Amino acid sequence: MSRKLTESIFLPALKNPALDALHDGAILSLPPGRVAFTTDSYVIDPIFFPGGDIGSLAVHGTVNDLAMCGARPLHLSAGFIIEEGLPLADLRRIVASMAQAAAVAGVTVVTGDTKVVDRGKGDQIFINTAGIGVVPEGIEISPTRARPGDVVLVSGEIAVHGIAILSVRQGLQFETELRSDSASLHDLVGAALDVAGTHLHVLRDPTRGGVASALNEIAASANVSIELEERSIPVNEAVQGACELLGFDPLYVANEGKCLAIVAPSHAKAVLEAWRRHPLGRDAAIIGQVREEPRGRLVLHTRIGARRVVDMLSGEQLPRIC
Amino acid sequence: MRFVDEYRDGEAVRRAAAAIASIQTRPWTLMEICGGQTHSILKFGLDQLLPEALTLVHGPGCPVCVTPLELIDQAVEIAARREVIFTSFGDMLRVPGSRKSLLQVKSEGGDVRVVYSPLDAVRLAEENPMRQVVFFAVGFETTAPANAMAVWRAHELGLPNFTILCSHVLVPPAIDAILGAPDSRIQGFLAAGHVCTVEGTGDYEPLARKYHVPIVVTGFEPVDLMAGILICVQALEKGEANVENAYRRSAHTAGNPAARALVRRMFRTCDRAWRGIGVIPGSGLALREEFGAFDAAHRFESAHIRTEEPKECIAGEILLGHKRPSQCGAFGGRCTPEHPLGAPMVSAEGACAAYYAYRRTA
Repeated sequence: MSRKLTESIFLPALKNPALDALHDGAILSLPPGRVAFTTDSYVIDPIFFPGGDIGSLAVHGTVNDLAMCGARPLHLSAGFIIEEGLPLADLRRIVASMAQAAAVAGVTVVTGDTKVVDRGKGDQIFINTAGIGVVPEGIEISPTRARPGDVVLVSGEIAVHGIAILSVRQGLQFETELRSDSASLHDLVGAALDVAGTHLHVLRDPTRGGVASALNEIAASANVSIELEERSIPVNEAVQGACELLGFDPLYVANEGKCLAIVAPSHAKAVLEAWRRHPLGRDAAIIGQVREEPRGRLVLHTRIGARRVVDMLSGEQLPRIC
Repeated sequence: MRFVDEYRDGEAVRRAAAAIASIQTRPWTLMEICGGQTHSILKFGLDQLLPEALTLVHGPGCPVCVTPLELIDQAVEIAARREVIFTSFGDMLRVPGSRKSLLQVKSEGGDVRVVYSPLDAVRLAEENPMRQVVFFAVGFETTAPANAMAVWRAHELGLPNFTILCSHVLVPPAIDAILGAPDSRIQGFLAAGHVCTVEGTGDYEPLARKYHVPIVVTGFEPVDLMAGILICVQALEKGEANVENAYRRSAHTAGNPAARALVRRMFRTCDRAWRGIGVIPGSGLALREEFGAFDAAHRFESAHIRTEEPKECIAGEILLGHKRPSQCGAFGGRCTPEHPLGAPMVSAEGACAAYYAYRRTA
């Protein structure tokens, strides 16, 4: 079964010399630089959503993890755990969208694995991807490099992916034209690195847990405070409306195509302008600043002029009663 | 965003704060009834803009917080049954019962689902005729009409597999209990705008007269809250004790007659236990006898489950406004959103959770 799937679905869609060899592993030559290596598993429900599916997400997510290290993404592995009964047409669609996402990102899927499990032992399909990329000389991206005075940027409107997914989740469907922002961000990161180089200190894609969780983690790693300006944070009206209805805070809602950057003040404007020229960064904005105190905390300067802590989220946000 | 931004306008909020400061001549203590109001006050930082001599005390209007522990235990037991699809608003899922929460039941294989409307639960019952669909009907007057409608719809469809586990509570009897307590220090109330949108303001007139306190119907956005506080302080300074409406864009004297009629058709008032507070006479809604077939406690014989509240949680004193969350010995240490001792630390609207989220070190 697995071999048949490999030959009829995976190989034709993901075609490249390393994969076509059907060896036990891929043998690769890498360009000079330090190697970045990452992995992530994708177990989402629903597997198809407005603006993407589990296949494109499995490429974007891992490509973005590499990009956030300042690496140029090069190669991916893909492991599929398929529950018996998944329609072959669905699998084809998922693999095709993976192939397309990989082509757009300029990465190749060089090795893979497929397992089929009994009905009830999985949930339609799980995908694991690992990725390697190369970090060019002179690039030093790390959460510990955030320092007081640095400027915080976001590459566009937040919380779009989480709300788009929620709108099609069973039991909570609501009508919206929102589509997930899922996208590969390495090119956007490249645009920032081109203008800021080593002055670009931290990169993070605020996926699960949203902007608030990502910035809390950075504040803790670097032992600094991060202060956000509420009115500067770009939030789309449809997202804002859904959040109001559900009782969600967009700061905690997942993104799959947005990037946070912490940049030396001298280069913040250059990164902002570079992003705004990029198709994935048109709504980029400066949203805050790194400060000394209170250490390890994210603070929000509210639109009415008060200040409050924005904490890590405990568990998932759940729609409230009234 | 229209209809949101204008009610969060910093300029308007600061003007109201200045107006309050300019008329206040002595200390006053107000209670905002609703957890949604508490949450807004702390989230936007309104309390930081108010005069120091104005104390806001956080009331019991959080449906998750006042739902008794034993009802959570009943829900947990029903949800664990193989034939049951247990549906609930999202924020009830994390509330710990004496042994586990609904989320834990779900992780152990129970079919527990979040719905946004009780009518979605009715639809689930239609789609799953071989399963029993139970909806956890909690909340104040605000959610009662939708829950009444769900039962009415199930009744019309003749659905034999839909029930609600009902723990509805009412605001006016709670205000009566708070003001009637011998050590009450509340001098004015901000009533919950959404509740009055449904039920109107008639029930509050006798309370304002009986205890000589102003009661101001107030909304939930920063500008709404500041307007409610301003009107309440004005009344206190003048020695007036009337019911006033600072939420006219939504709440009216007569409420929503269609919703009220439906609620009265389906429910009767009953005595109800409030978590941490105890039984308040006439403070709950229960299904009328003719709709008893839709009562989950009856169908699954869960009413025998009785649970004692943990001693260390002072939810009652918090919910009655006697203490602030930060005055609790367990706050932030033995009691956190990850490991809550009581419901006010769980719910997004709970006062303890709001203090934990927004006020620890800022």
